[in-house]
Amino acid sequence: MPTAIEFFKLLPKTNCKDCGQPTCLAFAMLLSNQKAKIDDCPHVSSESKNALEASSAPPIKTVTIGKGKEIKMGGETVLYRHERRFVNPIAYAVTVSDTCKIKERINDIKRLSFERVGMTFDVDMISIRCDSGNAGTYKDAVNSAMELWDRPFILECDETILKDVIEKAAPRRPLLYCATSDNIENMTELAKRYSCPLTLKDASPEDLADLSEKAKASGVEDIVLDMSPANLKECLERQTIARRSAIKKKFKPLGYPLMDRVGSGEYAVAMAAMSTMKYGSLVIFDDLKEYEALPLFTLRQNIYTDPQVPIQVKQGLYPIGEPHEHSPIFFTTNFSLTYFTVRADIEKSKIPVWLQIVDTEGLSVLTAYSAGKFSAEHVAKVLNESGVLSKSDGVVVIPGLVARMSAKLHELLNRKVIVGTSESRDIPKFLKDLSTK
Amino acid sequence: MKIPDVNEKYSGKMNETVLGKGDYVAGGADGMFFLSFENSSKRRVMIAGEVVDDLSDYPELAASMFDNRQKDPVEWARMWKSLGIDMICLRLKGIDPDKKGTTPAEAAELVQNIVNATQLPIIVYGCGIADVDNDVMKVVSGSMKGTKLILGKADEDEYKTISSAAIAGKHTIIAFSNLDVNLAKQMNIILTDFGVQYNDILMDPLMAPLGMGLDYSYSVNERIRLAALSNDKMLQIPMICDATGSWDVGDAVNDELDNVKGRVTWWEAMTAMAAMVSGADIIIMRNPGAADMIMSYADELRGE
Repeated sequence: MPTAIEFFKLLPKTNCKDCGQPTCLAFAMLLSNQKAKIDDCPHVSSESKNALEASSAPPIKTVTIGKGKEIKMGGETVLYRHERRFVNPIAYAVTVSDTCKIKERINDIKRLSFERVGMTFDVDMISIRCDSGNAGTYKDAVNSAMELWDRPFILECDETILKDVIEKAAPRRPLLYCATSDNIENMTELAKRYSCPLTLKDASPEDLADLSEKAKASGVEDIVLDMSPANLKECLERQTIARRSAIKKKFKPLGYPLMDRVGSGEYAVAMAAMSTMKYGSLVIFDDLKEYEALPLFTLRQNIYTDPQVPIQVKQGLYPIGEPHEHSPIFFTTNFSLTYFTVRADIEKSKIPVWLQIVDTEGLSVLTAYSAGKFSAEHVAKVLNESGVLSKSDGVVVIPGLVARMSAKLHELLNRKVIVGTSESRDIPKFLKDLSTK
Repeated sequence: MKIPDVNEKYSGKMNETVLGKGDYVAGGADGMFFLSFENSSKRRVMIAGEVVDDLSDYPELAASMFDNRQKDPVEWARMWKSLGIDMICLRLKGIDPDKKGTTPAEAAELVQNIVNATQLPIIVYGCGIADVDNDVMKVVSGSMKGTKLILGKADEDEYKTISSAAIAGKHTIIAFSNLDVNLAKQMNIILTDFGVQYNDILMDPLMAPLGMGLDYSYSVNERIRLAALSNDKMLQIPMICDATGSWDVGDAVNDELDNVKGRVTWWEAMTAMAAMVSGADIIIMRNPGAADMIMSYADELRGE
């Protein structure tokens, strides 16, 4: 990203205020912080605009796979997630071999779907792979897969077979896998003619940079790189080299999304976890099991959260265990760490509880209270609206840190209200004592 | 085509902390982790296997992985050793008067027996009740002079007794902080000001498990490591991360989904991988399957 001064040099420097800012310099500062768009200045020359767009393009190109339902990859701007949110989450693809029963296979892949803290996790893509070596078989497989699967996909075959299927598949903008130094000319020609993104594969970063220059020179810009790491260390090291050279050294030939082709089973999942943390944009599995997918999807969710915005859970009533009409009612804020901690500690007690989450815009208990987003009035309103008070006549338990809302809440709810613990870890003991009373 | 040199030039390096009988050393990295092009240290991340002396809060599923040896902490520690583990992490849950109510002398005897049985460095945690822990740590530390233990843990509110015990017994101490780079540094300053040797501290910045705040820990760890490499001496202390919190995550242990054993194994292994990649020198683990995976990944990442 250019600095404010670099932006300023390209502006008209008339301080006309038409952009809404008092001076061109003020506008330039907003631009460098990505708080304004260059189009907000009606007077900027088209040469300046082109220069600005070129220099403010992310050092790692954004590549889109699919049409309609699309997946964006790359577009990254930093090395560490505390600097700025990572932009486009890594995508996971599972292989559909042309020798298997396509319908059953795709249905199995669709079943790998989970809900977690208000988000749905699905397999992002399939990779239709030619294992038969037969153009007709592959074509049939691609045709049925395209009918059954409306998300993005990858065509994984050699270029002679690709020629027969690409025309029909191209409107869906599949990723082509893959071009190597042996077939680069033919593959770039197909990618260019049908406007499809193309994977380039080579184990050496130097040779891969040569390949990407060649592809670019022949007019292919939507490139994905496969550095084919053989193990975790190579994955970490090669992907770090590519990311650093693109971001810190502005080295364009490696400034593309990175992908890994892994197999299946334990080591494949470990490779995917490494790639998720360290700069991968796509992993293709031979196969992925439910017990492997849920932790992996969760890892991706964690790595790609915005470090500057607290993660929040949805306001709502969360029954823990199987609470009944006398179970106690807990409430707390929607800051996800608070929610997870309180929930885990309630679960430890093995005593069923109604847990009401109150939207505090992700603030923790004390901060939300000080900011007026966790007042007795607000809590009473949420408890009334959620219906929990008619589901249970149990006591309402106040987080210990906001004990001072106790009298007010009692008055508003007309229900027995008791002060709970200040520390979440003391909840199990608190609940045990409460249940023996 | 030549590609640019991406080695970072760092001005600092991680401190080296000698553990156990001197045959175990944590720290020493002089670049970001496992990048052989800039980090000359080939030291492996060390794994500590968890042993508890009271199973009342211990998950049954985890217990089932130990073939009944979990009923005897010494046998349990021996089993960890036979799996190739680097250290034992003993949690003295039983000193809680509401549980077994083990006496300080009994606790010290157990520590001694585990040291004798394994000859490995031992991390000793109390039960979490400050007064009880303080009494036990004084006795454990005093009775184990000459064997370097790792005592956990000193936090902002409660550090004086355990630090005095560690100083008197020449043990290593764990400085705990709660997901906060500044507090992590502050704890190291507090302990050294109190008289703990700089070389006798490990820092625990709280490893939140996968799906329960791992993102915070991952970034706090990375920031600590980057600060250490820019020569912030008070953050160059080796880092210990506890991955056993994975067992508190509802999705990890939900037995309504398929293969809970496989899932909780991955849950802990991925938490440990994230700890390793973000900067941990020592990782505490519960699940022998996950520990075995992480030991082999740690070997591989070291590059030998």
